Amino acid sequence: MKTMNVSLVGVGGQGILLTSDILAKTATLAGLDVKKSEIHGMAQRGGSVISQVRFGEKVYSPIIADGMSDLLVSFERLEALRWRHLLAPDGKVLINDMNMTPITVSSGQQPAVADLDARLKAEYPGALYVDAMALAQTLGNTRAMNMVLAGALSTLTPFGADVWEQAMRERIPAKLLDMNIKAFEAGRQAVQG
Amino acid sequence: MSQKVLLSANEAVAWAACKAGCAVASAYPGTPSTEILENVAKFKDTINCEWAVNEKVAMEVAIGASIAGARALTAMKHVGLNVAMDPLMTYTYVGANGGLVIITADDPGMHSSQNEQDSRVLVKFARAALFEPADSQETFDMVIAAFELSEKYQVPAFIRLTTRTSHTSTVVDVGDDFGPGQVERKPYVKDIRRYIPVPMFARPQRVRAQERTEALRAFGCETPFNRIEAGDTRLGIITSGVTYQFVKEVFPEFSVLKLGFANPFPSDLVKRFAAGVDRVLVIEELDPFMEEQVRAMGVQVVEHTTELNMLEMNPVRLMALRKELLGDVEAPAAHRADTGLPTRPPVLCAGCSHRGVFYTLSKLGATVTGDIGCYTLGAFPPLNAMDTTICMGASIGNAFGMEKAGMQGRICAVLGDSTFFHSGMTGILNVLYNGGTITTIVLDNRITGMTGHQENPGSGKTLCGEPAPVTDIAEVAKAIGFKRVVKVDAYDLVALERVLKEELDSHEPSVVIAGGPCRLAAKLMNAGTYEVDPAKCKACGACFKLGCPAIERGEAVADGKRFKSHIDPVQCSGCDLCRQTCKFDAITKIR
Ligand SMILES: Cc1ncc(C[n+]2csc(CCOP(=O)(O)OP(=O)(O)O)c2C)c(N)n1
Ligand code: SF4
Ligand code: SF4
Repeated sequence: MKTMNVSLVGVGGQGILLTSDILAKTATLAGLDVKKSEIHGMAQRGGSVISQVRFGEKVYSPIIADGMSDLLVSFERLEALRWRHLLAPDGKVLINDMNMTPITVSSGQQPAVADLDARLKAEYPGALYVDAMALAQTLGNTRAMNMVLAGALSTLTPFGADVWEQAMRERIPAKLLDMNIKAFEAGRQAVQG
Repeated sequence: MSQKVLLSANEAVAWAACKAGCAVASAYPGTPSTEILENVAKFKDTINCEWAVNEKVAMEVAIGASIAGARALTAMKHVGLNVAMDPLMTYTYVGANGGLVIITADDPGMHSSQNEQDSRVLVKFARAALFEPADSQETFDMVIAAFELSEKYQVPAFIRLTTRTSHTSTVVDVGDDFGPGQVERKPYVKDIRRYIPVPMFARPQRVRAQERTEALRAFGCETPFNRIEAGDTRLGIITSGVTYQFVKEVFPEFSVLKLGFANPFPSDLVKRFAAGVDRVLVIEELDPFMEEQVRAMGVQVVEHTTELNMLEMNPVRLMALRKELLGDVEAPAAHRADTGLPTRPPVLCAGCSHRGVFYTLSKLGATVTGDIGCYTLGAFPPLNAMDTTICMGASIGNAFGMEKAGMQGRICAVLGDSTFFHSGMTGILNVLYNGGTITTIVLDNRITGMTGHQENPGSGKTLCGEPAPVTDIAEVAKAIGFKRVVKVDAYDLVALERVLKEELDSHEPSVVIAGGPCRLAAKLMNAGTYEVDPAKCKACGACFKLGCPAIERGEAVADGKRFKSHIDPVQCSGCDLCRQTCKFDAITKIR
C-alpha cells in the first residue's frame, strides 16, 4: 500500500497522544511499518499538541511534510485551521465539534477568529464533524472523548474495528476498557450513520 | 520467537539496557530524554536506577559503577551534558572498566529547550565514541553494541538521540526470549596509575587515548552500523541519525553513506565512498560536524545555499535543497501556515502554586532573575514578573551579579525546588559567603514539574516509588548560615506580600520558601470551583492580573473598555487566589 499520513492535532489534555498510540498500534498489528512522532511541549495543559502517524510497507521520515497529510484529525475547531498547511490537496478532515478558547483570547490579549465557522467551511468543504464530547457525555464519561474520535477516525483507515479493539485492549487498563470500547463504537456509528 | 514491539527510542534504550545486563542507571530529567530512566525503572529488578540531583552527579554515579566493573548508563538532555562534562573529560583518559553508555538527547529546533546544541561536538571534544541511531531498532541494537564496545576499547560510548528519535515510536524486534542479560562483571583492581590521573599518570593516558581513537576509527570503517547503500553514483550523500530518513525520502535514488558510528570519524570509509561517486553531498542536522571533517580530508563537497545547519531538519527543507541542486522537485503545494490565528502558548495551570508569588513580585516591582521550570512562564503577561533566564541554577548568581554591579532596587532570584537541588545550593552559599543581600525565593512544589513530574529529594520518593528522606530547603539554608529564612504559604497573598516586601527590603541575604504542591501532580485539578457574581463584579480587572486560564472575560461594560470576569468551572481548580484579589467579594467558592 501507499504510505498513509495521519496528523492528529489539538490541545494538551484532550487525549491526543493516547489516540495516536492506539492508531500506531493498530497499524503495527496489521503488520505494517509504522512511525509515530509527537511534539507535546511541557507539563502543563492547554498548549497546542501534534502527533503524526505514518504507516505503510516501509516508512522513512517520522515527520509528515507540509501538504502531505492524507488525514487531518483535529480535536478542536481552531486547531483545525492552525494546521491547515499539513493537509494534502486530496486529504480528508475529521473535526471534533468543540471550541476551546485559547488563554490569549479569553484574557483579551489577542482577538478571537470572528468568522471561524465560515473559515472552516471554506477551507474544509467536505470535513466530517463529530461532537465527541456530547457522545462521551451520553456514555457518562467525558474522558472517553478521545476514543469517540478514534472510532470516527477508524472508518477512514484501512483497518477493521476488530484490529482497533485489539490495540485498545493492549494499551488501555482493563477496568477502563469497556467504557472506552463503547465510546469507540459510538464514534464509528456517528460517522457511518 | 522473536518479539516485535512498538517503542520510542527512549523506551528502546531501556529495553536494550536490560538485555545488555546494565546494572546501574542514574540520570536527571530533561526533555526529550526523561522517559529513558522512567522506562529503565520498569526493569528495576535487574537495573539499580535512580534520579540523580543533577547530570554531573548522575555521570559520576555511572562512572563509579563502571569503575566497580558493572555496566552503567546515564542519560540527559543536551544542556545536561554541559553540566556533566567535567567528570567525563577525565574518565575518557582513565577509560571505562565496566561498559559506560551515555545517552544525550538533543533538541534541534528547541521544542522544549533554551538553546540547541549539537552534542556530537562535545563527544569528539571528550574523545568518546559516538553512535547515532536513526530509529528505535537502531537505538536498541546500538545500545547493546555500545556496552560491548565500551568494555572492549575502554571508552565511554555515547548514543546521540534527538527529539525526533526520542519521541518517535517505531517497530523494534527485541530478539528471542527477551530478558535481562547476564554479563560477567569486570574485576575491580586497585590501580592508582589508572584511576588517579595526576600529571605523571595522565600524560601516558593522554597518549593511550589517542591510540584508542585511531583503533576506534578503524572499527568505524568496518562496523555494519556504517554502511554504503549503493545507488545512482552521480551523487553520494553522507548522512546520519534521523536525517538519514529524510534523505531516503527526498533523495531515494542516490548512493548513501549512512554513518551510525560517527566518532571517531571513519576517514578511510569516507574516502572509499567519495571515490565511488561523482559528487559528495553531506546532509546532517545542526552543526557541520561531518562536513567539516570530510572537507578537512581534502574531499570536495557540493556547495549550496540552502540553509541546513540550524533548527530542525525536515523533508521540506531537503526538497528545497533538491530543487536547488537538481531542479526536479517542487515542495508539495501546501497552504501557508496561517500566522494570524490566536496563539495557544503554554501557561501555568489553573491553580498553580507559582502564580501568587509572581503576582506579588509584579506588584512589588521587583527585578527578578529567573530560572528554568514551569515557573519560567511567570515571565509572560499579565504576570510579567521575570527579567532573565539563563540555565538551571543561574538565577542566584545572576541576581548577585546584578547587586555586585550596583544595580538598584529590589533584586531577587526565583527558582524551583528541583532546580534548587540541581544547582541552587552552591549559589546561595556563594551569596552568603561574599556578603550579598539578595533574596532567593524557592518555589517549593515538591516535584520536578516541567519535565512531567519526577520525584526529587524534596518529594519523599525515589524514581522507583520507594520512600526516601525529605530534604527541607529551609533547613539547608539555615545550615549554610542564613539568618533570614522564611517559609510562606504560596496560596496566601497577604502573607506573601508581607514576607516578600520585608525580605526584599532587608539589607541582609535571605531565603524564602514558598510552599504549595504542584496542582497537576497532586491531582488537585478538580479540587474545587469558584464563581463570579456578576452583580457584585465591578469589572476592575484585579483578578485578570493573575493570568489564570480559568478566568475569562465576561460581560463588557463602559462601552467595551472594561470587562466583568467569568470563571470557567471546568478549568478552575479552586485554589482561592482570585477570591483574595477581589475587593468586592464577588468571587466565592461554590464547590
Ligand atoms: C541542565 C538542565 N537539565 C535539565 C533541564 C530540563 N529541565 C527544565 S525545567 C526542569 C525542572 C524544573 O523543576 P523545578 O525547578 O522543580 O520547577 P517546576 O517545573 O516544578 O516549577 C528540568 C529538569 C534543563 N533545562 N537543564
Ligand atoms: S504542572 Fe504543576 S508546576 Fe507546572 S504549571 Fe502546572 S501546577 Fe504549576
Ligand atoms: S480559584 Fe480562581 S485563580 Fe484559582 S483556579 Fe479557580 S479561577 Fe483560577
